[in-house]
Amino acid sequence: MKYALERLKEVFGPAILETSSYLGNETAVVAKEKIVDVIKFLRDTKGLEFNFMMDLCGADYPERALRFEVVYNLYSLSTKGRVRLKVRVPESNPSLPSICSLYKAANWFEREAYDMFGIRFEGHPNLKRLLTFEEFEGHPLRKDYPVNKRPKIPTPDPLIRK
Amino acid sequence: MHVGDIIVTKLDEVVKWGRKFSLWPMPFGTACCAIEFMGVVSSHFDISRFGAELVRFSPRQADLLLVMGTINYKQAPILKRIYEQMCEPKWVISMGACASSGGFYDNYSVVQGIDEVIPVDVYIPGCPPRPEQLIDAVVKLQATLQGIKKDTISPLDFHL
Repeated sequence: MKYALERLKEVFGPAILETSSYLGNETAVVAKEKIVDVIKFLRDTKGLEFNFMMDLCGADYPERALRFEVVYNLYSLSTKGRVRLKVRVPESNPSLPSICSLYKAANWFEREAYDMFGIRFEGHPNLKRLLTFEEFEGHPLRKDYPVNKRPKIPTPDPLIRK
Repeated sequence: MHVGDIIVTKLDEVVKWGRKFSLWPMPFGTACCAIEFMGVVSSHFDISRFGAELVRFSPRQADLLLVMGTINYKQAPILKRIYEQMCEPKWVISMGACASSGGFYDNYSVVQGIDEVIPVDVYIPGCPPRPEQLIDAVVKLQATLQGIKKDTISPLDFHL
């Protein structure tokens, strides 16, 4: 799917910060302001048609200046092509635009990334914790989350509260 | 014993004996231990030989809570609530490494033993335990119900 990367560089130019295609893993690092446009382009352009958002996840690289990364894996059911996009955000302001408006499936993936890493997705309809409970403190998949830290037993959900 | 013979006993003892052989379990299955439980209630191992086959899926109708599987912090209040919904007298068997100690899930999300939340009568080790171990736990619980306290109990103690 080198074609996809070429098209991206052609259309978005400086918004595509890096590309690599090591062992067939077509990867592009995208500026966060442009991520919605880039994904919309990949989804709607004839010949690319990345109509399946396979995965969206967060990642933490404490040694980097832009500490957090959000990784999008897209697949095309018609061309069988795959492409991976990455967006890097700093620890001071870990936020980027949501792609919920493009793929409904992104809703819970973005909530999971928020829950585990504290990355905020602007424009998300319901950005609450997904896997842990509401009173949970911190974001457990951050590298600096203490290994031995245990939460308190949460207060019951209103539905089962006495 | 012949027709016309008389048995003299205490009411307490009769009640205990009755409870012992009519434990109604409520399965709280959250992981693979619950699959072993299916084997225990099915014909091959058949927990009904010990009077505990009447599985209830409502805590209000059960007196033996079988916690089978990993309990995480989000699940803990639900488990506690279900325990509270059971009528007295009630007993709890913690089946498997996860329910008893968190197992190998030594992390931010898993309760390190359900005894942080509810009292437990019998712990079963194993990952998952063999069906015989659950039967052994039921037998041990029955022994404590009858007031027998022994470290180990031989099957010969129970003439059914």
